[in-house]
Amino acid sequence: MAKSARRNDTVFSRIFDVFNVIFLAAVAAITVLPFIYVLACSFATEREILEKPFFIIPSEIQIESYKYIFSSSTLPRAFINTVYITVVGTFIALFFNITLAYPLAKQRIMGRNVILSLITFTLVFGGGMIPTFLVVKGLGLIDSLWSLMLPGAISTWNLIIIKNFFQGIPAELEEAAKIDGAGDMRVLWQIVLPLSKPMLATFALFYAVGFWNSYTSALLYINDLDKWTLQIMLRQIIMLANGSIDGSEFDETVARPPSESVQMAVIVFGTLPILCVYPFLQKHFTKGVMVGAIKG
Amino acid sequence: MPKTKAAAASKTVGRKKGFIHNLKMDKWLYILMIPGLLHYIIFKYAPMWGLVIAFQDYNPFLGLFKSPWVGLKHFQMFFSNSMFGTLFSNTLWVSFLNIIFSFPAPIILALMMNELRFQRYKRVVQTCVYIPHFLSWVIVASLTYTLFSPTGVVNRVLESIGIARVQFLTSQDLFRPMIVGQTIWKGAGWGTIIYLAAIAGVDTQLYEAAIVDGAGRFRQLWHVTLPALRSTVVLMLILKLGDVLDTGFEQIYMMSNSLNRAVSETFDTYVYTVGITQGSYSYSTAVGLFKSVIGIILIFGSNALAKRAGESGIF
Repeated sequence: MAKSARRNDTVFSRIFDVFNVIFLAAVAAITVLPFIYVLACSFATEREILEKPFFIIPSEIQIESYKYIFSSSTLPRAFINTVYITVVGTFIALFFNITLAYPLAKQRIMGRNVILSLITFTLVFGGGMIPTFLVVKGLGLIDSLWSLMLPGAISTWNLIIIKNFFQGIPAELEEAAKIDGAGDMRVLWQIVLPLSKPMLATFALFYAVGFWNSYTSALLYINDLDKWTLQIMLRQIIMLANGSIDGSEFDETVARPPSESVQMAVIVFGTLPILCVYPFLQKHFTKGVMVGAIKG
Repeated sequence: MPKTKAAAASKTVGRKKGFIHNLKMDKWLYILMIPGLLHYIIFKYAPMWGLVIAFQDYNPFLGLFKSPWVGLKHFQMFFSNSMFGTLFSNTLWVSFLNIIFSFPAPIILALMMNELRFQRYKRVVQTCVYIPHFLSWVIVASLTYTLFSPTGVVNRVLESIGIARVQFLTSQDLFRPMIVGQTIWKGAGWGTIIYLAAIAGVDTQLYEAAIVDGAGRFRQLWHVTLPALRSTVVLMLILKLGDVLDTGFEQIYMMSNSLNRAVSETFDTYVYTVGITQGSYSYSTAVGLFKSVIGIILIFGSNALAKRAGESGIF
């Protein structure tokens, strides 16, 4: 009804429609074109990059820049470190979140309100960078990959949403299971968790992207080159070393390709994993934001 | 309220019994909480307690307990430091520009996306504009560095249409516009989700009533859609105002270099530089604490303002 009424609108409205479609196409292009250009450049020859102002498909293809970045173990090692902290970190995060959120979802837990207020307080106030750094240092986690996983294992906002979700599961289910003789752990494992699977998948993705992208913690806590993560490596190569890669175990018999296409290849290497999983994630992520939005 | 001592005593006994009884009944639930609570104690509350070093001359060898107390020395040093004014204005400038430009961007984008008539086209646009949200600031900054460098594609295109090259990355005047541009590019698309959800929640009867009253498309937007978005906008604005001194470390750190330092040094980057690179733990903690206290005042203040204006607020 509303739609059909809208259709016979004024000329101005029609013009607006055309403008709107074009404007949003431009917005979409601005978000996507940088990637396409970078991808094209990483395969293009130096001459083409220098001669043409802008192109999407290179006329001549070279893969020297990729050969170069894979000729040392530096980048692949950073990649493995990052995959490790993402996978292990996400499991730790889920474990911490579930085990804390589930009891807090129960009204009968003693001290629940105090704990919840203390947890919520961390949303508006915290120790900040230096005291947190000193705590991590005091625990002896400097230069350990644990320093990248443990401090970020619980995001208070996510924890509260997960708690609210658990609270929304009908108490009758638990009571029925208890009458059948199940303990709290069994209820959690066999009833609550299976019901929460889609929600947990969403939060697993949130945490995974967070770990994958985390930069500051690696900057603060990791000095050892062997434990560098991909994000630290990317910044090093692209912004500081202008396309050359530290570690100097590079195959110097391969002529060094132009720094520009090396930089582009490194960006592609750092972005591709996220872009590859993105289409599958998108749906889950938007759902997760909605869950948060409802509780506000 | 117990009336006599005896009643009070019997009540405490009863409560005690209940306490132990409860503890036993739900023993597994309490055990489950331990790792999470430890996490909060170690990584959230221990650093808060660690803030006391802002009032000490912290020495790593003496530790938290034996370092000498110096009262407000570091705060006085900070307030009398010429950096203070610079940091304050740099930080406020970035936040101010972000509130003016980056904050409305997703609202406008959501309204425009909502006016699209082809649902499939809308979905394609959404898929595109959400992407940058998932990329780290390192990737965003890397893209900026390669695309906007003096020999980068942007300058080459400018040159090919006869405009002189622009020093996007090192110019002090362009630092803030670049930061705002990055913020919009990365966040505006994702930010639309919450507004689109609010728009989707509007009762269609309201639109129908407006049409019956003769409202055209733009009157509907003005009188139905925008009022429906108001509480979401206020909520997001409160959260934003609480973060006025929190410009985000990674983005600024990544985009700052020796040539734009005069405008790019903000509270967050200053704490890092002074605290981690120069090792002045106490002084930088004082700077961070000052920032957090202002932040907490701002968030409660803007929340109170929103309540006075008749909105629900967040607390």
